[in-house]
Amino acid sequence: MDSARTAALEQPSFFREKILLGMSLPDYLRSLLTPWNAVAAVILAIGVPCLIYRFAAGLGASTNLSQAYPWGLWIGFDMMTGVVLAAGGFTIGASVQLLGLKEFHAIERPAILTAFVGYVMAVVGLLADLGRPWNIVMAVVNAGSASALFEIAWCVMCYTTVLLLEFTVPFFEWLGWRRIHTVMKKALLALTVLSVMFSTMHQSALGSLFLLAPTKLHPLWYSPFIFIFFFISAILAGISMVIVECAISHKVFARRLEGQPHVDADRLTIGLGKAGAIVAFAYFFLKMQGVVDGHAWGYLLTGYGALFLVETVGFVLVPSLLYAYGARHEKVRLVKLAAAMTIAGIVFNRLNVSVFAFNWQNPARYWPSWMEVSVSLALVTVGVLAFRWIVNRMPILFEDPAFSNHE
Amino acid sequence: MRLTRRSFIRVAGVTAGGTLALSAQARQGSTADDDRLPGVLVDTTRCVGCRGCEAACAEANDLPAPPEGDLAKLGRRDTTTRAFTVINRTDAPGGGDRFGKKQCMHCLAPACASACPVRALNKLPTGPVTYDPSKCMGCRYCMVACPFDVPRYEYEALAPRVRKCTFCAPRQARGLPPACVEACPSGALTFGRRHELLEEAKRRIYGEPDRYVHRVYGEHEAGGTSFLYVSDVPFEQVGLQAGVPEKPYPELVAGALGAPPLVMTLWPPLLMGLYAFSKRRDEVERREADGKEEHHG
Repeated sequence: MDSARTAALEQPSFFREKILLGMSLPDYLRSLLTPWNAVAAVILAIGVPCLIYRFAAGLGASTNLSQAYPWGLWIGFDMMTGVVLAAGGFTIGASVQLLGLKEFHAIERPAILTAFVGYVMAVVGLLADLGRPWNIVMAVVNAGSASALFEIAWCVMCYTTVLLLEFTVPFFEWLGWRRIHTVMKKALLALTVLSVMFSTMHQSALGSLFLLAPTKLHPLWYSPFIFIFFFISAILAGISMVIVECAISHKVFARRLEGQPHVDADRLTIGLGKAGAIVAFAYFFLKMQGVVDGHAWGYLLTGYGALFLVETVGFVLVPSLLYAYGARHEKVRLVKLAAAMTIAGIVFNRLNVSVFAFNWQNPARYWPSWMEVSVSLALVTVGVLAFRWIVNRMPILFEDPAFSNHE
Repeated sequence: MRLTRRSFIRVAGVTAGGTLALSAQARQGSTADDDRLPGVLVDTTRCVGCRGCEAACAEANDLPAPPEGDLAKLGRRDTTTRAFTVINRTDAPGGGDRFGKKQCMHCLAPACASACPVRALNKLPTGPVTYDPSKCMGCRYCMVACPFDVPRYEYEALAPRVRKCTFCAPRQARGLPPACVEACPSGALTFGRRHELLEEAKRRIYGEPDRYVHRVYGEHEAGGTSFLYVSDVPFEQVGLQAGVPEKPYPELVAGALGAPPLVMTLWPPLLMGLYAFSKRRDEVERREADGKEEHHG
């Protein structure tokens, strides 16, 4: 009876400390009234009903998908782009855990959290896009092993689980569960190996999907090596996302970082910029190699050629030079600009492959419906809100000092 | 040292095994067995455009009857979720009409079935490419993969299905020809063994070399298809897709799909090696630092 009373006394304080950030409920609710939250609320107020409407009325009523365009924004953006932009998780994880680049330790947790949230949102988007989402279990029991999509289904499933397990390290720190925290922390090395393995496979397999569309995907984008392009650009996206995220996090969560051991974010950015320059240039070179190999030079002077050049020169070559210049002359802002451009370029690439340059010979065109756009926006918003909610509570931007018993 | 060699042999063995298993899985295009499968020869020079095949198809598949009226007035039509075959009109070389028939080509190594992650689409050993909605999760990758734009999706439905010609698999199982062939009054459609139809097609081309295009459409397209076409107008004109690669589609992706066994066997030892290397480097650095301190002390 006595213990019941202490539990009853403890519970509200736990809730107040851990969930309400130490505020009383009215204070906490008042603290949510900010302009950005208002924007998020509007996006969700439109997007969530659209998502419900898709399940109530079907794909035909909610999307502009057609017989010629079976894949639209939800695959091209939510899935293709969501997954590639979440590549920071395995890129930084591998740098810290496997390559021993300890200086990136401070950004490992945010990168893993971004990846986890990103994958969960991509899967939600996928479930909205699938015509018969309840049959998704068939991918497990009814292995179509000759399909790149089968590989993706398995890897995304496994990798999301790995990310969840990696995320439990800060989660248990937050809850103060020492014993299991120690176990998970020891498992981190093995989980990182798995994360690199699964990421290599599905990031490249997302490109392999289009190997089956040689007549439909424009020759400037179609290449037997498209899966290598997808993998290299995933690493590039991972590096660039971490730079941008680092910049935003340190501004947005400045108060959260007060009193924590100082991390030289600028030095990290420069270090990532060096890596970005090399990977971006390699990616540009490979893309050019793809054009040579596909004898697609002639198309460069067409409208699609302009689209391709904007993507590869404007958003790969130029940022790679900016990265190199910025890293060499320690111009942090230039590196951040290069990162933002690179991300835009990779989003553009995924949309080009799956929407704009797809069906290039077919007069039918696809443009997403307003409902597709609002669902995609809502998913991104939910991701950002979830990220913020967790960062404000759990030890993501730093390790809980009570737990950093090593070194 | 001995341990390293042993683990190397283990990795190499697993890798080689995985690669072999995968290469055994990939289909190698049309084989002698495939040629004995059933096929249909479409001779566009013999088609009179009566659209009896459309009506018979609708009846056999419980679909609404095709629209009535003159083909010229109906305009260009395509297959839909409720019309598995359609006839389109085009101009003949010396004036007059030519008709093109569209339906599923029933590839020997179908792109759709290889794309399907849940094996809802299957190439039956008896020839037809069929679809099972109870397995389908609705990813629509089959539609992306099909070079002939055949699979159609019921976007309006809450439990949408992929819809397409079944090669009348149920009828064939009863020993009957496909409904469209049975209904054809002009001899434009011939049902038979694929290898016999190929011979017949070539016999017709050699018999009237000035008339026919010197190629059988479907002999090599996408690795070979069950529906074969001969024509006296360019194949594109009767609605057939130009530029379809001759490679069987599953082979287009076989190389990339060979990567996972390699990644799964090579990455862990490689990454652990990198880890061991970086750890050793740290240790050496630490020891050197300690050593220096001792010297100073």
